[in-house]
Amino acid sequence: MSKQIGIEVSIACAEAAGLCDVDVIAAYPITPQTHIVEHLSEMVADGHLDAEFVPVESEHSAMSACIGSSACGARTFTSTCSQGYALMSELCYIAASLRLPIVMAVANRALSAPISIWNDHADLMYARDTGWIQIIAENGQEVVDLTIQAFRIAEDPNISFPVQVNLDGFTLSHMIEPLTLPDKAEVKKYLPPWKPQFKLDPSNPMTLGAVGMPDVYTEARKAQDEAFKNSLPYIEKAWDQFGKQFGRQYKPVETYKTEDAETIIVSMGSISETAMTAVDEMRAAGKKVGVARIRLFRPFPVEAFFTAVKGAKNLVVLDRANSFNGGNMSGAVALEIKSILYDRKHYPKVGNFLAGLGGRDVTVENFTEMVDKVAASKDAGVPVAYEFINVRE
Amino acid sequence: MGIASEALKNFKGFNLKNLPEVEPLSPGHRACQGCGEVLALRQAMKALGTNVVVCSATGCMEIITSPFPQTAWRVPWMHVAFENAAAVASGAESAYKAMNRKGLLNQPDTVFVAMGGDGATADIGMQALSGALERGHNFIYFCFDNEAYMNTGIQRSSSTPYGAATTTSPAGKKSIGQSTQKKNMPEIAVAHGTPYVATCSPAFPIDLMNKVKKASLVPGPAYIHIYSPCPTGWRCGIEESVEMARLAVQSKVFPLYEVIDGVFYLSRKVAKPKPVSEYFKPQRRFRHLTEAEVAKIQAKTDADYEKLLAKCVVPEAKEKEKPEKEK
Repeated sequence: MSKQIGIEVSIACAEAAGLCDVDVIAAYPITPQTHIVEHLSEMVADGHLDAEFVPVESEHSAMSACIGSSACGARTFTSTCSQGYALMSELCYIAASLRLPIVMAVANRALSAPISIWNDHADLMYARDTGWIQIIAENGQEVVDLTIQAFRIAEDPNISFPVQVNLDGFTLSHMIEPLTLPDKAEVKKYLPPWKPQFKLDPSNPMTLGAVGMPDVYTEARKAQDEAFKNSLPYIEKAWDQFGKQFGRQYKPVETYKTEDAETIIVSMGSISETAMTAVDEMRAAGKKVGVARIRLFRPFPVEAFFTAVKGAKNLVVLDRANSFNGGNMSGAVALEIKSILYDRKHYPKVGNFLAGLGGRDVTVENFTEMVDKVAASKDAGVPVAYEFINVRE
Repeated sequence: MGIASEALKNFKGFNLKNLPEVEPLSPGHRACQGCGEVLALRQAMKALGTNVVVCSATGCMEIITSPFPQTAWRVPWMHVAFENAAAVASGAESAYKAMNRKGLLNQPDTVFVAMGGDGATADIGMQALSGALERGHNFIYFCFDNEAYMNTGIQRSSSTPYGAATTTSPAGKKSIGQSTQKKNMPEIAVAHGTPYVATCSPAFPIDLMNKVKKASLVPGPAYIHIYSPCPTGWRCGIEESVEMARLAVQSKVFPLYEVIDGVFYLSRKVAKPKPVSEYFKPQRRFRHLTEAEVAKIQAKTDADYEKLLAKCVVPEAKEKEKPEKEK
């Protein structure tokens, strides 16, 4: 039976991986991911989870071991963040190109320097071009559900890509929240045992990770690109089936009070809850504001996003990591969105705000400030570029 | 009795009459002429048979065996990156362990191999190897040591011997070539408490195959360091590859031994050692060395060999029993 409990979100994430009956976990500790892997190793040590926990000597080896494991047909899980992600990133490209359905929880944390153990989305953006499916949780229940869905998505033969479940470090990973842990039998019904199409098996030998000479490399990359593009409807299908079975609906983009909104805040992750509170306050003050929250960042749900924001005159786009573009923007999310709008010949004012870097709080007031800034800029006819919010000058 | 000794107590080795016919590595690969490394790989794979999963580092053996859509591998083989073969094998071995235990698989005897060159092993992959040895995965690590980064064009590694000229340790007016001593990888593997460690050479194929077979029988990790002459990089004749491997052993430059549960056993005693100069002479990577420099290297080689002998159980007069092996 599913049970509603109060639980730390990291522990819930580990429990969710356990409900998926993972075979192999290879992980290396890094703050603030530690509670996830500690709890998994505890579950294995106590016999609650029949899996191999491989306590590797680095994140590089964590992803390497995950690749070896997944290539042999084992359901494989890991977790990391920040510098750990950066160290393993070489292998993340390879995992995606080898089409291995590894699931990884990333307790999002800033990248050095200066070294910071606190939350932002630098690691999420670092992973942007690796070919992984990237999903971002807003709250504890989503972490549980997205982790379970992640295996189903990754292992769908129509998809067959690794999946990254992102949860904000500390601000989400270390919260104790009320949530529902699904029943194991129900999870098994939703997530049948993985049947790999290809695996390393002496009774049916195959060569994996071959050399791609110039006469095949482009074709291999194009095939990967097409498969990635085609994965979106199957991701939505996995979410629909989850909704039918567990009663919680998931979509690539969530909206809050956007129907008549003049200004829409575009956000990702747990900060969206603050954004919604800010929207309620601004609505009470007569401002027509809403939130569009991107849950699925890769593959980017272009149609769903455009549908969500097309009615707005102003967009407030939050970026929680620099991309040092050197021009008039510094956020990868804003770059993404502007390119979509350009293709649609749709030109609302887009304000790009760098907020919540390295654990800096983003308050309700900050959202009001951002919304007002975009509106004011439009009134004055001045183009909105980008700026840092809540920063000491 | 240690776990390796226990596993090997009834070991019956290969001999010239019972060599396996199986060729897990097929001919038609793209190795250079005279490649000692691919010869050693073939011997090793013959000893292992087909119930294996091979995880290869980036390097010569990877490039020459797997240009898509061709493959020289008749067994499951995977290449991921340069520095992580041991970690990939850790994952593969763990996957089989978990799935066998959970009833998802019934292949308890599959052997897991990680393999790389000396750069992949002693330099960039050292950490992943150390981790995998320390964790005690049931796998074999092959280091094919050709004493430089041959695949990228003969750059020095930490396994390049003192005095050898490479493209990044060139000999010159102010340089002897490689100015550092060769890293001793087998001893580093021994220091991890690895149950089975051995050195071998394609010039002594029966010895090589028996050591590889033993490695596969020992539960837990095994490390095999294989001397792999590279005529392209060593600048010797392609027909001299096996001869170089033999001379390296006969000159005490590369002694053959195995370490079972931490106990050293010399595989063959070099009764009448050849001078290192005889081993150096055909190789143009050493041709710049003066007599005085060679004498210094000779002294170091002798001293290292004595140090090894001092900790080895030494077989008596084994060479006389098999005179055909010696020239």
